[in-house]
Amino acid sequence: MKETLIIAGFGGQGVLSMGKILAYSGVMQDYEVTWMPSYGPEMRGGTANVTVILSDKKISSPIAHEFDTAIILNQQSMEKFEPLVKVGGTLIYDTNGITRHPVRKDISIYAIDATAEAARLGQAKMFNTMILGGYLKVRPVVSPEHVMVGLKKSLPERAWKLLPQNEEAIRHGAEIIREVKL
Amino acid sequence: MEEKEVRLMKGNEVIAYAAIRYGCDGYFGYPITPQSEVMETLMELKPWETTGMVVLQAESEISSINMVYGGAAAGKRVMTSSSSPGISLMSEGLSYIAGAELPCLIINCQRGGPGLGTIQPSQGDYFQACKGGGHGDYHLIVLAPNSVQEMHDHVAVAFDLAFKYRNPAMILADGVIGQMMEKVVLSPQRPRLTDKEVRERYGSWAAIGKPASRERNIVTSLELQSEKMEIKNKDLQAKYKAMEQEVMYEEIECDDAEYVIVAFGSSARICSATVEMARQEGLKVGLLRPITLYPFPSKPLAALAERGVKGFLSAELNAGQMVEDVRLAVNGKAPVEHYGRQGGMIFNPDEVLAALKEKFIHKN
Repeated sequence: MKETLIIAGFGGQGVLSMGKILAYSGVMQDYEVTWMPSYGPEMRGGTANVTVILSDKKISSPIAHEFDTAIILNQQSMEKFEPLVKVGGTLIYDTNGITRHPVRKDISIYAIDATAEAARLGQAKMFNTMILGGYLKVRPVVSPEHVMVGLKKSLPERAWKLLPQNEEAIRHGAEIIREVKL
Repeated sequence: MEEKEVRLMKGNEVIAYAAIRYGCDGYFGYPITPQSEVMETLMELKPWETTGMVVLQAESEISSINMVYGGAAAGKRVMTSSSSPGISLMSEGLSYIAGAELPCLIINCQRGGPGLGTIQPSQGDYFQACKGGGHGDYHLIVLAPNSVQEMHDHVAVAFDLAFKYRNPAMILADGVIGQMMEKVVLSPQRPRLTDKEVRERYGSWAAIGKPASRERNIVTSLELQSEKMEIKNKDLQAKYKAMEQEVMYEEIECDDAEYVIVAFGSSARICSATVEMARQEGLKVGLLRPITLYPFPSKPLAALAERGVKGFLSAELNAGQMVEDVRLAVNGKAPVEHYGRQGGMIFNPDEVLAALKEKFIHKN
């Protein structure tokens, strides 16, 4: 098992923390993991991305140039990363703010309206865990119980009171993700 | 579910944990991307409340390194960390500490230069770390970790070597190793040395108060008599020669390799993927990864050349620095080429393989 994933969007969307939850879940499942962020001005609102690799073998390069899965959360990231999904790979995107939808026919494409759904539920902060839930529905690379432990481990103790809401968001994300047939 | 003692951490964060657990006495630093998490993590962990370790943000890198100089002169285990431009500011201090023969630890989480350059990863400070940086005939002990676990482990290795040789030791990492998170197993907490233990171990040279039983210990790099200074220089060179026994390296698939990639730190991780790709294509490619950059693993490289390796590719995130040491080691027995990216750009495994083919295989 080896999953090379990129999560890309705006700084502040929770891209890096989503990757961290997944990486910690991988640790719980006894996988080797690497989590490599873009860093610097991204933290102040530009584009941000993180590469997470989960593998049952030692991971050679933490830097990837093509991905099994791309989770794309803004238009710039769509331009940049849609071409870098491996043939037969998976692209997941939030339709909010996307002006040019994905066009590739050699990959599986899924859409999740997490921004809109989180806003509708009045839980904008649950946006990223909702996306994570959608991802894990179509790419079940780690088991749900390991994700719950990973979620707890990656959050500071002061945020543990939000764990039930996040768990619910993960479940809800799995319900609202939908396949896009071109 | 049983929870494991495995942690997920950034390379920079683990430096803080490793330093505290080693029994480090003091950290003095000044923030700079991409290594600021070292001091941030130390400040969060508040070791002054547990082990008594001092953590101090100085007003500049120049102050930081001179605080390290002072702490080291007192026989303390002291350290600093910075990134490339900050290390340039510290270089005068490093030369003085090397001249005064004091142990300390410096972390350089490299970014691209010259000047302010970029905050993205680079290996452009190989020359600075291994060939001087500061003035005068001196060397640092230089370690090049390629994972978060090695960032952790090298703190203890570097401190041990620094005290063994009374010489500053540097961990030469970069933005990739500092910023990425991986699994890590932390070492157990060791106690800091007591004043009595410092006196017993380092009383012969440290400035910790003169008892009636011996002469004064003088910590200085100054010697105005040329005859004496030359003796001092020769002693230093003898010490650097003795350090050669500490050389560390890793060989991957080198036994039957016809071509060998030489790479350190983050690039070695990328190049190990290149080796996997090459082997899948049936190409006999291996990787030699220097773990110590100074002392440099010249002998194993010479042995590979002697055995008949047809070419060496030094793959570095710079314009070609370590390649000079590879050439010196191989000494004309085989062609040595360089492949690199600069400015914070990072090569892909297949890019390195393409370079290897272009420079050696397709050429023949």
